Amino acid sequence: MKNSGSFLAVLRKELAIYFATPIFYITGFFFLLLGGYFFYANTLYYSLVSFQAAQNIQLATHLNPQQMVFRPLFATLAIVLLLLVPLLTMRLLAEEKRAGTAELLFTYPLTDWAIILGKFAAALLIYAIFLGFTVIYALVFSTVGVLDWGALATGYLGLLLLGGACLALGLFASSLTENQIIAAVSGFALLLLFWVIGWQQDIGSPGWGGFFGSLSMMDHYDSFIRGVIDTRDLVYYLSFIYFFLFLTKRQLESRRWRA
Amino acid sequence: MDMMIEVQDLTKYYGLTLAISRLNFEVAAGEIVGFLGPNGAGKTTTLKILSGFLSPSGGSARINGKDCLTQSLEVRQSLGYLPETVPLYTDLTVTQFLRFAAQAKGVEAKAETGEVERVVAACDLDGVRHKLIAALSKGYRQRVGLAQALLNNPPLLILDEPTIGLDPSQIVEIRQLIKELAGAHTVILSSHILPEVSQLCQRVIIINRGQIVASDTTENLSRQLGHGSRVRLQVQGPEVEVAAALQKIPEVQEVAGEGGGRYLVVAANDHDVRPQLARLVVERGWDLLELKSQEFTLEEVFLNLVTEEETAEEES
Repeated sequence: MKNSGSFLAVLRKELAIYFATPIFYITGFFFLLLGGYFFYANTLYYSLVSFQAAQNIQLATHLNPQQMVFRPLFATLAIVLLLLVPLLTMRLLAEEKRAGTAELLFTYPLTDWAIILGKFAAALLIYAIFLGFTVIYALVFSTVGVLDWGALATGYLGLLLLGGACLALGLFASSLTENQIIAAVSGFALLLLFWVIGWQQDIGSPGWGGFFGSLSMMDHYDSFIRGVIDTRDLVYYLSFIYFFLFLTKRQLESRRWRA
Repeated sequence: MDMMIEVQDLTKYYGLTLAISRLNFEVAAGEIVGFLGPNGAGKTTTLKILSGFLSPSGGSARINGKDCLTQSLEVRQSLGYLPETVPLYTDLTVTQFLRFAAQAKGVEAKAETGEVERVVAACDLDGVRHKLIAALSKGYRQRVGLAQALLNNPPLLILDEPTIGLDPSQIVEIRQLIKELAGAHTVILSSHILPEVSQLCQRVIIINRGQIVASDTTENLSRQLGHGSRVRLQVQGPEVEVAAALQKIPEVQEVAGEGGGRYLVVAANDHDVRPQLARLVVERGWDLLELKSQEFTLEEVFLNLVTEEETAEEES
């Protein structure tokens, strides 16, 4: 009970800081601006194909709003995510060190896990708020077409897990430095690495290719946006998150030893 | 007596630089102890180790019988810490920040509002409670820093330069506050403002170049380092004769004329020579205008110790 109290204290503090600083509003604005644009473009394309399908019954069997509007939307939102997540996480630990508030935070009776999980949960909640706004797209679409809500929910689960993995990695990047810019740049670079690592499977040898493919963030994301929940993908994201939170904890512990 | 702080052979290296070297001291529960030393002496480093923010390179520090390194969480539950730079979350308002600090320190949800109100009143923050910390002056920030340290009423307060940056009236208020904390709390505070330490603290630990050079009550330090007691007196009479007569008293080590009939008499081995002085002056038929014992000020003690060390080092 005591631990959950201190976890909530950190969570509330981080949320208060998110809402008090422009970074939340700026990233939210651009995330939704880009998301809205892609939704609009995909819907436009869908309606164009729908008109053609009116003359061609063969084409009409392939008409599926999940496949034609939301799957590409989720795929592009993932790219936007790659660009925005480091901006959400760069402050979390780097700024504590730069401003010296780490000296307060680490001398309060808080466990390292309470600090890390509190910060991670705050970032995840902020990200979930962004995602919450994109549900409006689906609601708008449902007024003119029929949607498979189950597949859509699966897509959102994938987006949430992908976002969680990116945030955990971003938090780790923030623990490495006291400069927010360096935290953002290294977070971005690491995310890109886990993004493109899957490309190896096309050019590398079969054994290594498969290995790199299974490390790739995007390969695991793909089945979610197709509407499939695979345990392997769940395990991948959850262990990815745990791994980077654990590294962050190690990084915090080492702080006491290195002055 | 219960020991609140026990420090043994505490050593800290920053890289290859030795910051503090084998410190040993104890602080009893309820004591107010001043930590005194020039800049870079190792005061802040020691306090950071006690607060659990840094780990020592060697030796150990125990608070309330618990090790600062291995039982860090328990130790941190029993202390309030005001870091030297007074870091605060500038994006939060005073109330938001104090609420966070109260929650982080494990104040129960029901008691939270009352506890925040208590420290707001104690540190006179009522007028600024809804302001962003970024907008506060240095003096108010210092008070917010002190307020967060007082939250949850910890038995031990570690205050690193608590009055720095405050204006004179605020300094008086904060000192008063610290004095009021005595007894129920153990306070260890660092400072390089000597009068402050002599006013507030029962005991002083003087540290220089990472080592303790003295640790005692302010009065004892003055006496020890003065190598005897000093008496200031003013006598109306022929100055040369008076000085010669004073010098003849066996316990008197040294007489310094200061002009206008004033003399500073240094007695050997802590003798109180005031009765002899008074008798002598009256017997000779001079007029005694003033007679008072003069303690060494902490400044003198401090300079004495710090320079003594330096000369010793140069000689070796």
